[in-house]
Amino acid sequence: MSPPPRSARRLLHKRLLLAAGGVALAAAAALFWPHSAIAPLYPATPAAAADPATLARGARVVALGDCMVCHTAANGQPYAGGLPLQTPFGTIYSTNITPDRATGIGAWSPAAFERAMRHGVARDGHLLYPAFPYIHYTRMSDADIHAAYAYLQTRAPVAAPAPVNDLIPPLGWRPLLAVWNLLFLRPGNRIADAAQTTPALRGQYLVDSMGHCASCHSGLNLLGGERSPAFGGGHIDGWDAPALTGLSALPVPWTQAELVDYLHGGLSPAHGAAKGPMQPVTAHLAEVPVDEVRAIVAHLNTLQTSGALAASAPPAQRQAPTPPAASAAAQALRQRGATLFEGACASCHGASAPLNAINGRPGLDRSRALTDASPHNFLRTVHDGVARASAPAAIYMPPFAEVLSDADIAALAAYARADLAGLPAWDGGAVVRASAAMRTAN
Amino acid sequence: MTTPSTSVNVNGRAQQLKSAPASPLLYALRNELHLNGAKFGCGMGQCGACTVIVDGKAVYACLTPVAAMAGRQVRTIESLGSAQQPGPLQAAFIKHQAAQCGYCIAGMIMRAQALLEKIPHPDEAQIRAHMEANLCRCGTHMRIFAAIGEVARAGLPAAARGAA
Repeated sequence: MSPPPRSARRLLHKRLLLAAGGVALAAAAALFWPHSAIAPLYPATPAAAADPATLARGARVVALGDCMVCHTAANGQPYAGGLPLQTPFGTIYSTNITPDRATGIGAWSPAAFERAMRHGVARDGHLLYPAFPYIHYTRMSDADIHAAYAYLQTRAPVAAPAPVNDLIPPLGWRPLLAVWNLLFLRPGNRIADAAQTTPALRGQYLVDSMGHCASCHSGLNLLGGERSPAFGGGHIDGWDAPALTGLSALPVPWTQAELVDYLHGGLSPAHGAAKGPMQPVTAHLAEVPVDEVRAIVAHLNTLQTSGALAASAPPAQRQAPTPPAASAAAQALRQRGATLFEGACASCHGASAPLNAINGRPGLDRSRALTDASPHNFLRTVHDGVARASAPAAIYMPPFAEVLSDADIAALAAYARADLAGLPAWDGGAVVRASAAMRTAN
Repeated sequence: MTTPSTSVNVNGRAQQLKSAPASPLLYALRNELHLNGAKFGCGMGQCGACTVIVDGKAVYACLTPVAAMAGRQVRTIESLGSAQQPGPLQAAFIKHQAAQCGYCIAGMIMRAQALLEKIPHPDEAQIRAHMEANLCRCGTHMRIFAAIGEVARAGLPAAARGAA
């Protein structure tokens, strides 16, 4: 049976549209690429050219920009790159931003560095992948970009070529990025230093430019652009990056003072510790003056859709929660969870455990991993624990993936949600499936 | 009232553990089965003195509830050899004099055993990354690495590999 002519016409239209789109994309790529190479510096920049004040400013910019978090591999040399970044489009390896002339940015002029930061173009003219957040760095002030350049050019040079990326075809063909840039890069809307007249405006600059918070906390759309509106929550490195917009209406609401504690070193006595990819972010924020962190929080306060954040709150009074009513089966599951908790968790997380009583550590009932609508970060924490890190607050938790089965973890979740946090249970079947999926993904 | 028991295979033998389900596996191994190789160190999964192998993976017995062990295969250092007939890792630890006070050694050997069963010839970096979970307060790490490295180069003979 032949299709009705109407459908055939539609199909033809569709094909024509696709072809026209392809031509438009190719034209756009041709228009915006290639960028010309910028001549290498010769001889190497004399490092002594930068004054101490500029270098100090550069150190602060580089810490606030989290450059080291991506541009240093596990056990690698600082800024020498090579860290694999898992993206929905494949694996991208961070590059070497030490002043090595052959494999780093030692031959880059200030103009080449600024072009990379503002437009995502390497010195030789090839387009950089937006895993490098130039759509945010493009908003940095000239002075901050130049200070970052001066600071990076005085680091120890390391000869380390970046490993070859492993991307889904045809994304290895970089000219395609010109189209992406047309859609998502808004160069030129930089925020001048002079405009940062209040803490909240300073904070907006830090969050939207070098801090690039939206890179993780907005999530990505199908084309790898940041979702809009910003800060609705995303997913990164196997963790949920929570939404930043409803912080005053969570089961355990945040205050501004608590956010400052958390961001400036990774531990809030009212909420707990930074984990996963947020741990190094808070470690670097501990290197900058606390006023910068206060400014970030002042801006976060303006993003709240749920009402302003309280400035501070008296220390939380811990009360035993009233567990929601439950069926006999649910109660049996919780009872099993209580048994597992006593054997696996209570020596650190029990109410009378020394770790719970010293250093003002909060109970699990205050952890967002447990009080969140999604069990994802709870499961991630139980499975993998929290790795030892050199963060100022030395947080560590052993992994339990090899000790507890998916059913065990679901029982633990049922107990912790009801009896520790006093919240309705997560969907038990979904918890088991998510836990099993986490195992196969590892 | 009948005491609940948990069926576990320990070192190749079926056992009915009578310890409370909420007890850590370490207590059941030591107090009930008198397998005293695994040690209580910190009780918080931070030092590794209690390390045993469960279903082929190194775990902290101090944070492993008996309730989670039903039907699983547990192995302790007693399964690797004896003072008269030490297994390959035990012999290498003796040869390199890797023990000073000795408290961490059973845990060190069990964690190394789990690695060598999974990766027959790990390199130095793999050994270091895998052993990071276990601490030695005497500071004999270099001797411990030398002992593990020697067995890693030769590989564990088939007879010295666990079934799980």
